[in-house]
Amino acid sequence: MDVGLSHYLVLGSILFAISVVGIFLNRKNIIVLLMAIELMLLAVNMNFVAFSHYLNDMTGQVFVFFILTVAAAESAIGLAILVVLFRNMRSINVEDLDRLKG
Amino acid sequence: MDFQSLVFYILSAILILAALRVITARNPVHAALALVLAFFTAACHWMLLEAEFLSITLVLVYIGAVMVLFLFVVMMLDINIEELRKEFWSFLPAGMLVGGLMVVEMVMVLGGKNFGLLEPAAKAADYSNTKELGMLLYTEYVYPFELAAVLLLVAMIAAIVLTHRKRAGNKSINPGEQVKVKRADRIRMVNVKPQKPDANAGDEE
Repeated sequence: MDVGLSHYLVLGSILFAISVVGIFLNRKNIIVLLMAIELMLLAVNMNFVAFSHYLNDMTGQVFVFFILTVAAAESAIGLAILVVLFRNMRSINVEDLDRLKG
Repeated sequence: MDFQSLVFYILSAILILAALRVITARNPVHAALALVLAFFTAACHWMLLEAEFLSITLVLVYIGAVMVLFLFVVMMLDINIEELRKEFWSFLPAGMLVGGLMVVEMVMVLGGKNFGLLEPAAKAADYSNTKELGMLLYTEYVYPFELAAVLLLVAMIAAIVLTHRKRAGNKSINPGEQVKVKRADRIRMVNVKPQKPDANAGDEE
């Protein structure tokens, strides 16, 4: 059986579902939550690259380029916030972050 | 099954196992390392899809910079893992339900019947993925490209400003204060009365 577009799409959806389960499991640990978000972005990028290849259109790859840029910025700022948080509270447990009483 | 399909299935198995390891690893350092493996395998997938430039970018930028940043932060923090792992598996049924439903729905929608596009015609031997991407990026998408550059600059400044802190006992100078200084701040005029040496002081010798 030859590998077609749907194989890559299903692979991307499995990755996405795994990272959703990861967000459920690691709901206290911010750092693993950030990693699960990175995994989600990877699944989305996988879909873009697969469509770009099978439809013979380079635009998908340009979009992946921009997603990579935004994801790098997101993780840099997210980790900076995490470091400041840890410096102030000595903990990265999500349940400790209740100062705003939301 | 041809060679390319075999490679695809092996890579997919590695990718899914690495992703499962990311979300279940006890130690966050192991999770970060499994994420490195997942990104690397995804780069191999993109190589199969003839997206060579993005594949190399993923390895260089993602594994080389972002994941190393993750590892730095994980090792810098002193985390109490036991506290964070409490009731770790209690949300597994809900998570599995949501995740399983998502996969089943996606497979039903994205199955071969609807999206069964097969391999497009092979490219010419002198086709360059990087060149094509560059042509598109610097002509049609030049403004988004510049915006992305500005975004990276903003992210860099934000990360520095967030984590920068003033240390006590810092002896650095403040140029603004130096420029603002007035003559009166530095010089104090003292009117000293001239004094005669005491007339009696010399007599003792």
